[in-house]
Amino acid sequence: MPFEGVPGLVETREAFGETALVVDPARLVEACTLLRDEHGFEMLVDIAATDYLGWGSPGVSGYIGTAQGRNLNRPMTQGLQALPAPKPKRFSLNYHLLAIQPGAPRVRVQVWLDDGEPVPSVLSVWPGADWFEREAWDLMGIPIGGHPYPERLIMDEDWEGHPLRKDYPLGGEPVRFSGEE
Amino acid sequence: MALPVARPGQQDPIYEGTRIPSPIPTVLEVDPAVKDTDDILTVNFGPNHPSTHGVLRLIVDLDGEVVVGVHAKVGYVHTGFEKNMEQKSWWKAITYAPRIDYLAYQNNELVFVLAIEKLLGLEVPPKATWMRMLLSELNRIHSHLVWLGTAALELGAISMFWYTFREREMVLDLSELVAGYRMHTRYFQTGGLAEDIPAGFYPECRKFVEWMPKAIADYDALLAKNEIWEDRTVGLGLLNRRDAIALGQTGPVLRASGVDWDLRRDDPYLYYDRVRFHVPVFPQGDTYDRYRVRIEEMQASVEIVEQCLDRLERLEGEPWISDDRKVVLPPREELHTSMESLIHHFKIVTEGYRVPEGEVYVAVESPRGELGCYVVSDGGARPWRVKFRAPSFAALEATATMVQGAYIADLIAIVGSLDTVMGEVDR
Repeated sequence: MPFEGVPGLVETREAFGETALVVDPARLVEACTLLRDEHGFEMLVDIAATDYLGWGSPGVSGYIGTAQGRNLNRPMTQGLQALPAPKPKRFSLNYHLLAIQPGAPRVRVQVWLDDGEPVPSVLSVWPGADWFEREAWDLMGIPIGGHPYPERLIMDEDWEGHPLRKDYPLGGEPVRFSGEE
Repeated sequence: MALPVARPGQQDPIYEGTRIPSPIPTVLEVDPAVKDTDDILTVNFGPNHPSTHGVLRLIVDLDGEVVVGVHAKVGYVHTGFEKNMEQKSWWKAITYAPRIDYLAYQNNELVFVLAIEKLLGLEVPPKATWMRMLLSELNRIHSHLVWLGTAALELGAISMFWYTFREREMVLDLSELVAGYRMHTRYFQTGGLAEDIPAGFYPECRKFVEWMPKAIADYDALLAKNEIWEDRTVGLGLLNRRDAIALGQTGPVLRASGVDWDLRRDDPYLYYDRVRFHVPVFPQGDTYDRYRVRIEEMQASVEIVEQCLDRLERLEGEPWISDDRKVVLPPREELHTSMESLIHHFKIVTEGYRVPEGEVYVAVESPRGELGCYVVSDGGARPWRVKFRAPSFAALEATATMVQGAYIADLIAIVGSLDTVMGEVDR
């Protein structure tokens, strides 16, 4: 196992030919520094946040295949044939790393977070993380600890809520000049 | 084709150490000693300015004509593509992908379709794979042509715009011939192509392949040794190898900083490992080298298109889409004779196909660099999460590093040389 010495490593998962390292958020910066310096992952390609609120339960995307059986009140067959594996916490934050080497090795560093739980900034490891972290805060509401400029990036500065969360409604934006103000 | 202009000191390091601003890597702050003096003029540049390539707002601090502070604001064309895609069935979500980067539409479509296929474990017939490569490369030419035309336009070379848009029109005509649409074709379907390649496409495409190298030579003749173009681009907007990697730069920006890296060659997808093409790399890390990289990339794309055509012509009559009936629509004529086909058709169109649970990250080399797509599925008929890794997003992060000490007029050339598409940055 090449990634055994990574600090705070909780679990290594292999799926679809990709390697994911689940890391304890408290030791994320240590883990990232080691991956950059020892494993050659010089480039942070992407930070992707995912909200798993309502994962595998009815109500968000309209399932019928629930643990309670078929829900006749939701006749649209968006149902799952099997319930997806439960997730440890509500949010996952995925750091996609790339090594500029033959074979283009890639790895995904994954941390799991509850609502409001901050994740340390990896700006000191890869300066390019700046906007990606601000985007994770802006659109998904993941607080970035130690970021020197923790402002919204995409939405307006006075925006309320985090639009990519599962509990943020579609059409949640008030329509201006609609006569209902 | 002329070789790159030899410039004195070409092998020197671009600059020593790092120039990434600290503590905020994407904001260049004015020296506090002069910040509140009358010498500093703060100018708002954009969001609606003809040379911002979309709606980018830069708040620029000037000392005379020299840029001493810059702060980029994005988000003006945020439309919630990723949120919308979560609400659509997988095959309807494909329609959204090309609109994210409206110049590299075919590459965006490709990366999302490849991500779905990776989750499904679906085999794609060779004919479809070759055609996907061909269209992706035509799309790369298209994107670089728009960049070249507008970047030169911003520096006053208006005639370039007419030349490049003439050839761009040829690419769009080919798109129209294949898919019926000039842009946002939605021609890549899960499992292959939406339709067979129409008769007459190969000869038309051959004509284009023959024409294009001459056109590229013309562009280069107009610009490469043009004194004004050189004055406005050589040695400006510097980014060295180390900073480019630290800031996550990819594509032409990275290759112009001397990093020999192209996903098509180093992490091959489709059949890029079966074609021969050259990857242009230039060492100087300036605006001029980013221009050189893109010019030579167009030539490389023409080479690839030609090789794809050779293969495709031998695959006449082969299937263009997989025959997996759980994912791919059955042939139209079967609906009249086969009950199963009718059921499959109905199920796929109404509720959509289900994609196995899992998460994947797929990356392709778009005209702007590494275009990634991170997709999460819960095993249902809609994506749980779609996240696009936009190369322009990363490229704009390098603005503050590149424009240090530049003149305000060069700021336009430097930001233009990043070839950003704001639709992709804001998503």
